[in-house]
Amino acid sequence: MNILSRRVLPRSKPLTVIAVTVIAIWLLVALLAPVLAPGDPLSQDGTPFTAPSGAHWFGTDELGRDVLSRVIYGARLSLPLALLLVVLSALIGGTLGALAGFLRGPVDGVLMRICDLLFAFPGIVLAMVVAATLGPGITNAVLALVLISWPWYARIVRGLVVSLGEAEYVTARRLLGASTWRALLDDVLPNIVGPILVLATLDLGGAVLLLSGLSFLGLGAQAPVAEWGSMVSHGTEYFQHWWLGLFPGLAIFTVVLAFNFVGDALRDVFDPHTGRAHG
Amino acid sequence: MKPGIRFVARRLAALVLLLLGITFVTFVLTALVPGDPARAALGPIQGENEEAVRAWNERNGLDKPLPYRYLIYLGNLIQGDLGNSQASNTPVLEELATYIPATVELAVSSILVAGLAGVTLGVFAALHRDRLADQVLRVVSLGGMSMPAFWLALISLYLGFFLIGWFPGGGRLDPALNPPSQVTGLYTVDALLSADWAALGSALAHLALPTLVLAAHTVGYIARYTRTAVLEVIHNDYIRAAYAKGLHARTVVVGYVLRAALPSMLQILGFAFAGVLTGAVLVEKIFTWPGIGGYAYTSAITLDLPSIAGVGLFIAIVYVVVNFVVDVLYGVVDPRIRIA
Repeated sequence: MNILSRRVLPRSKPLTVIAVTVIAIWLLVALLAPVLAPGDPLSQDGTPFTAPSGAHWFGTDELGRDVLSRVIYGARLSLPLALLLVVLSALIGGTLGALAGFLRGPVDGVLMRICDLLFAFPGIVLAMVVAATLGPGITNAVLALVLISWPWYARIVRGLVVSLGEAEYVTARRLLGASTWRALLDDVLPNIVGPILVLATLDLGGAVLLLSGLSFLGLGAQAPVAEWGSMVSHGTEYFQHWWLGLFPGLAIFTVVLAFNFVGDALRDVFDPHTGRAHG
Repeated sequence: MKPGIRFVARRLAALVLLLLGITFVTFVLTALVPGDPARAALGPIQGENEEAVRAWNERNGLDKPLPYRYLIYLGNLIQGDLGNSQASNTPVLEELATYIPATVELAVSSILVAGLAGVTLGVFAALHRDRLADQVLRVVSLGGMSMPAFWLALISLYLGFFLIGWFPGGGRLDPALNPPSQVTGLYTVDALLSADWAALGSALAHLALPTLVLAAHTVGYIARYTRTAVLEVIHNDYIRAAYAKGLHARTVVVGYVLRAALPSMLQILGFAFAGVLTGAVLVEKIFTWPGIGGYAYTSAITLDLPSIAGVGLFIAIVYVVVNFVVDVLYGVVDPRIRIA
């Protein structure tokens, strides 16, 4: 993290600071949902289709549930699941990629062809087929999305391990008698943690989008759970009651935008070509 | 063999392998489906008849080992048999065929809009690097990339149709009009060909909102990618020399900078295509656009597996073929690729 604090913070732009703040606020909202929410996200004791008012800031939905409470509780689902999705993909992809780059040979070949194959499907289409096959549900949606996400990590980590494996300081270390595993752990691993963190941050926004997309398709969270994507999906059915779709969508948008801004700033730091670093 | 031909042949071989792999994935997924296809196909009464179930399984090769079944599946695919939709019991291929032209029309218009806007904005941002315009474009690009397409569709339809009424509420054509005589299946092109101006106007009006919604997501990617590609070439000496000998800025940007950035910009085309198709799945239903995206949505909601697999297969095939074409074009504009 040293490199991050040294290189990001001094020249951090106001937009990045705002983005970090937005993420922090959403994390707090998720943590404190029972305290912050004005009501129970599942209780149906409001009048259906009440427009936003003092009593219901975001209005009520078709069953009289408070939309604000549902948006707040939605954070408890979308944020941890997006994180879980990214962590699982990074772990699986990273491990397989490191093995491929380290062992080379047939393992490498087979693994990279599998990656090519999974890249051949536009993400949500394959996820949709897999999620539908496994059966609708939020767990299966996460599994389907892990299946389409891990190859990105595998390919990048493999590339890093291959190039680092040929670096002179690694060779030197090996010549001094270190085992291959030692070299991998001590010399290679620390150098791929940074890029993976960046990639994972970049990926978080996309993970929220994909998860809510699958839920929008009815393949993720199932009723009556409060989930942003499925809330927007209900909003499309009651078109004239704009508040049903507007607020959960706005929640997705702000979270994804904030993650993308932070990821973008991180990428600038790590990519010298597009970086704004002076000198 | 000439290097150019060998380059294309190698890509073609990779394409064939990839297509085989895609069919394998969809086969595994459909073969793993829990449930009993024989009973589903025979209905409740015949489904109880053990003899009938056995005969059905035998006729459809379901009693054979998996590798053999994969060959049967491939054979069926080659004959265009993607199975029958569970919802309507019509062949999936037939259903896809009726929905494809609408999606093609929408995808092409979105990519055109996103490409033109994205390249222009990207070049502009690169030329004004780190200045206010660049920062604003960065926010706008990231904003477009961060917006859930299905939400943007809902909001734009609410504003554009319900509130101010500038745009039609969905579909491809005013219901009072007859579709133009079918040549390509693309209403705008067909209307042009048959000089049916009323239909052309209506088709364009119906196309506007879904096109903009799908383009909004893609334009950010294209703009940022173009910006990077331009920044990578703009500091070359020959660019400076072109400026130094007094060439007009527009000549330098179009003739020198964009020419050099073109190969890497081509690569984004494949991504743009994937983005638009993904968006179509999420958005078409909202605009009641009768394309494969809306079909995929309906199939997903009703868990119509043969249809979902059919859509997945179709989109994946189109996608890898587009990437193949992009690869070959990449080789055409950048000779170094052909030899490498």
